[in-house]
Amino acid sequence: MHPLLELKDVCFSYHTPQGETVALSHISFSVAQGEFLAIVGPSGCGKSTILNLICGLLSPEKGEILFHGEASGGRTANIGYMLQKDHLLEWRTIWQNVILGLQIQRLLAPDRLQLVREMLKTYGLEKFRDAYPSQLSGGMRQRAALIRTLALQPDLLLLDEPFSALDYQTRLNVGDDIGKIIRRESKTAVLVTHDISEAVSMADKVLILTRRPATVKSLIPIQLGLTEPSPLAARNAAEFKMYFNLIWKELNDHVSDVERPDAVPAAAKTQ
Amino acid sequence: MSQTSNAQTLFLQRQKRSKILIQAARILLLLAFLFLWQISADWGWIDSFIFSSPRKIMQTFYEMCCDQSLFTHIGVTLLETLVSFFFVVVLGLLAAVFLWSFPRVSKVLEPYLVVLNSLPKSALAPLLIVWLGANMKTIIVAGLSVAIFGSILNLYTGFLEVDPEKLKLIYTLGGARREALFRVVLPSSLPLILSVMKVNIGLCLVGVIIGEFIGARQGLGYLIIYGSQVFKLDWVLLSIVLLCLIAMLLYSTLRLIERRCLRRRSL
Repeated sequence: MHPLLELKDVCFSYHTPQGETVALSHISFSVAQGEFLAIVGPSGCGKSTILNLICGLLSPEKGEILFHGEASGGRTANIGYMLQKDHLLEWRTIWQNVILGLQIQRLLAPDRLQLVREMLKTYGLEKFRDAYPSQLSGGMRQRAALIRTLALQPDLLLLDEPFSALDYQTRLNVGDDIGKIIRRESKTAVLVTHDISEAVSMADKVLILTRRPATVKSLIPIQLGLTEPSPLAARNAAEFKMYFNLIWKELNDHVSDVERPDAVPAAAKTQ
Repeated sequence: MSQTSNAQTLFLQRQKRSKILIQAARILLLLAFLFLWQISADWGWIDSFIFSSPRKIMQTFYEMCCDQSLFTHIGVTLLETLVSFFFVVVLGLLAAVFLWSFPRVSKVLEPYLVVLNSLPKSALAPLLIVWLGANMKTIIVAGLSVAIFGSILNLYTGFLEVDPEKLKLIYTLGGARREALFRVVLPSSLPLILSVMKVNIGLCLVGVIIGEFIGARQGLGYLIIYGSQVFKLDWVLLSIVLLCLIAMLLYSTLRLIERRCLRRRSL
């Protein structure tokens, strides 16, 4: 049995006239069916690049990305991608926004539309079907964006810091909402974040990356032992703090690498 | 909201009064100008043979309405302006979409467009007459030439400023560049398209008048040139007044269309 997604020794660099920036170096990990993986790392370390590679907007310079053991290429695999902001189109109603993906892929079949209608109902947006995005709160907009993504019934969900544009309170609530929705629909998901508590509260496994060029620092499975798992409940779990500290240490371990004597010239320069 | 506080009522009253004052001042300014013009002509401060006067313009207007010659001139100018505006809209949009679709081609063409845009288009008018003959086609092309390059450049620049994240959204939903164009670039550029058009209808009128100066037998531009040659300055000034009115009319029509189109968005 192959995992749903597998990255094998993936390398990627950005090229500009000023030079080459190595973003990822020899990244390998896998995500099983129904699993929720969170990727944390220092900002600018290339977390989003990984998602762009998985969904096929970029292609790796070295290594391969496999879906169910096959290198099908992101374009053909059914992948849903949630961006940092909701990017609802202001000139479309909520309904027109959530069916955008179906429209683009010419999948406006009655059963698909029925599914979208049910999701709107389940996630409390039914009344706002004909409203415009500007009339919705940040949390509702983010939920609409999730429905737009789920309408295409993706096998794999990619979440690129989807809550970072929200204020703290909304962020906790929406994170909780979306975490539950993803669990209920039993979706496989990869979340990129720089927020450790978000990662611990939502994921089954946390992948920690080093500073650029990013390599895999460690992989920590999360076991919170909750009877009714939800991201908000997870924050109260006894083990939550332990995992938080563990990941914090792993991330900062890496910072102290830079402060080792051989790295002093670079540190001196910044002062 | 049923009860408004005293302060709010007072504020609304003050706002209303200020609005009325501004409107009244505008009308008074016009009346004062016309009055001064008339008085100066009557009392011989200015030579009404050269400067005309509001009354003489009104008389000319009445006479030309009676023999119906004025309607032809207005109609011809208006028709030429609208036709050239139509072509500016269609060709401008098509060209901007083409440039957006082929970034490398647009890089190649950019300096040429910039040069053509900054070239004083009136310089082209004599050439157009020779090439196309002294007819309506030439005048429409003259109107087109004044507005087209600017609108292509403005639209194209606007298309490029569309949020790249919104384009990424389309790509992540499985769309290609075509979907990005029709689902994001064009709809999000609607306000820009409308404001570019608002500017361009005026430019088309400029081009049409330039064209009529040189090669026409009809139209307000022709009337201005002919009037100045035979020293019928009443004709010239009447035409200028009419051009002011036409320009205002065209602009406010487009503003109305713009408001109607954008009302839905700014809820």
